[in-house]
Amino acid sequence: MVVPTAPVATTKLPTASGRRAVPWVRLGAGLAVLAVAIYLPFYYTPEVNTTLSQVLYLAVAAVGLNLLTGYNGQVSIGHGAFFGIGAFTSAVLVVNHGWQFEYTIPVAALVAAGLGVLVGFPALRVRGLYLALITLGLAVVFPRITAKVVKGTGGVALVRPARTDLTSLINGLADDQYQYLLCLLLLCIVLLLTWNLMRSRAGRAIIATRDHEVAAESVGINIAAVKVGTFALSAAFAGVAGAMSVMVDHIADATNPITYFQLSIEFLIAVVIGGSATIIGPVVGAALLVLLRKQTAGLITGKEILAPAVLGGALILIVYVLPDGAVGGARRLTARLVRGRRGSGGGSGATPAVASPPLTNQTTT
Amino acid sequence: MSLFFSQVFNGIGNGVVYASVALALVLIFRTTGLLNFAQGEMALFSTYFTWKLTAQGLPIAAAIGVSMVVSFIAGALIERVLIRPVESARNPLNVVIVTLGMFLAFNSLAQLVFGTNPQQMPSLFPAGKLGSLNIQKSTIGLGIVLVIECLLLWLLLQRTRVGLALRAVSSNPESSRLVGINTGNMLMLGWGLAAALGAVAGSLVAAKGTGFDASLMQQVLLYSFAGAALGGFDSPLGAVVGGLVVGVAEALAVQYVRALQGITIVVPLVLILVVLLVRPNGLFGRKIVERV
Repeated sequence: MVVPTAPVATTKLPTASGRRAVPWVRLGAGLAVLAVAIYLPFYYTPEVNTTLSQVLYLAVAAVGLNLLTGYNGQVSIGHGAFFGIGAFTSAVLVVNHGWQFEYTIPVAALVAAGLGVLVGFPALRVRGLYLALITLGLAVVFPRITAKVVKGTGGVALVRPARTDLTSLINGLADDQYQYLLCLLLLCIVLLLTWNLMRSRAGRAIIATRDHEVAAESVGINIAAVKVGTFALSAAFAGVAGAMSVMVDHIADATNPITYFQLSIEFLIAVVIGGSATIIGPVVGAALLVLLRKQTAGLITGKEILAPAVLGGALILIVYVLPDGAVGGARRLTARLVRGRRGSGGGSGATPAVASPPLTNQTTT
Repeated sequence: MSLFFSQVFNGIGNGVVYASVALALVLIFRTTGLLNFAQGEMALFSTYFTWKLTAQGLPIAAAIGVSMVVSFIAGALIERVLIRPVESARNPLNVVIVTLGMFLAFNSLAQLVFGTNPQQMPSLFPAGKLGSLNIQKSTIGLGIVLVIECLLLWLLLQRTRVGLALRAVSSNPESSRLVGINTGNMLMLGWGLAAALGAVAGSLVAAKGTGFDASLMQQVLLYSFAGAALGGFDSPLGAVVGGLVVGVAEALAVQYVRALQGITIVVPLVLILVVLLVRPNGLFGRKIVERV
C-alpha cells in the first residue's frame, strides 16, 4: 500500500468561476435521479427494496470512508468497526431500552464519532501502511470484544423486533418502502453535508492536509484538528450506516469474527471503484458492488464456491479499465466529448489538472 | 516455571511461522512499497500444491522444493500480469484493490481446485518432544528453517549483485533505472521470492495441526501483519523479531490472562498499537524523512 500523496486530478475544489457557472444540466440530472430513486420502492418488490436499502447504507458508510481516505488521505481498512458500533448502539437502545428506532440514529452517530476520536488521536502518530494496519486491527478486534461485552437478548446477536413492531412515522407506506425512503433521506443528508463541507474552508484544509502536510501546516492549518475531526466525522457517517443496517437487516451480529472486517473491505472497494475523492463516487461504487455481488452469487449454478473468485476478478478488471473509478471514467469520457465538440479542453468540467503544485486550486471550472 | 517455558516455546513455534510470512510481506514491501493482502492466499495455493505432490508419492522435502520453484514463477507472473499494469495508475489505492481481489479469487479457486475437505499434510520433522521442557521437535525444526531462510536472504541481499540491484530498486527506482538496472525484472524477482517464502511457511504450518483447509492462512496472515508492523515494514530482521514476539505474547496471554480467553487476537493488535505509538515506524524500521 502506498501513501496517497499525489494530488488526485479528479478532486474538485471550488473556485470563483466554479460558483458562478451553475451547472443547470447537472442540477436537472440530479433531480431526475432523485425522482427516480424516490419512485423505485413503489415499483419493485419488497425483496428488491431491501437490497436497495442495503445499497443505501453501504453508500453512506462509503461516503464516510471517502471523506477520510479519499479527501484526507488517511487509509482506513477498519471502518467496519465504526459501522458495527453504530449498529450495536442502535440495536441495544431499541431492544433493551425500548427506544424508537429513528431516535437512535443521532446517538449511533455520536458514539461512532467518539470512537473515531479515540482512534484518530493515535492515528496522528502513524501514517500510510501503519495506519491501515491499526484500523485493520480495530475491525478484527471489534466483534470479539463486542461478543464479550454485549449480553443482549439472544446473546450476542441482537435481533430486531419483528417488522410489524417498527412504528413508521408514515402509516401509508409498507415497511420496506418506509425503510428505503428513510435510508434515501439519510444518504441525501450525508451527501449534502459532504458536498458543503468540501466546498468550505474546512474542506480545503482537509485536502491540503492530504496533499502536503508540511505545507498545509505552514499556512496555518491545524493538522491535528483537521485529521482527528475528519476521522470523527467519517466514523459518524459509518455509525449512521450501521444504525441503518439494523433497521434494514433487523440484526447486529458479532458472532462471525470476520463480518466487520469484510464490511471494511467492501467500503474501501466501493470508494475505489466508484471514484475516490469525488462526492457521488462512493454511492456509485456501493451500487456497483452490490450489483456485482448479486450477479456473481448466482452466476454459475452448482459452483457457488466460485462466486468470490468472479467478484475478485471483476474488481481487478474494473481497476484495470477505470483506474480513477466509475465517476472518474465518466468525467474523462464527458471531457473528451466536450473537447471534441469545442475543439479545446478548456471548458470541460473535468480537465485533469496535471502537475499542479499542492495547495493551488486545481481549476475545474 | 516449566509451564511458563513450555508456553514460551509453543509461542516460538507459532512465531516462527508468523515470522516467515512476515518476511515475505517485508520483501514485497521493500521492493514495491505495497502491502500484499493476497500473500496468505498465495501461500495457501502453494500449500495445496505441496500437499498434492506428497499425495502423488513425492517425499515432503522434495515436494516443498518443487512447490517453491513453481510458486516463485507464479509470484513473478502475478507481479507482471496483475500488479504492474495498475501500479503506474494515478490512484495508489488501486493496487490495494487488486490484491484484495486476488485474496478473494485465490481462496475460492483453491477450494474449487482442491476441494473443501480438511487435508493432512505430512510433517517435515519427526514427531515427539525433546528434553525436560517438552519442546516440540517441530518447533526446533521450524526454527532451523527460519534461520536458514534469513541467512540465504541476507546473503542474497547483501552479498550478490542481484541483491544490490534489488536494494537499489527499492530505495530509488528512478535512479536505478538510469544506472541500467532492469527494475521490472527486480520487481518480479521480489514477488517471486516472497511467493517462494510463502510456500515454505504454508507447507510447514499446514503440517502442524490436524488437517488444514482453505482458512489456513487467514489468521496467520493477520498475525504476520502484526509481526511485520511491530518490527517495521522495511526491516527483515524486524519481521523475524516481530513475528516471534507476537507468537510468544499470544501464547503467554492465553495461559495467564483469563479475561483474554477466546479473544487472544487482541494481543498482537494491542502490541502493534503500543509499539507504533512509541515508534511510528516499527521497532527496526527506518524513519521516512520528508524534504520540503
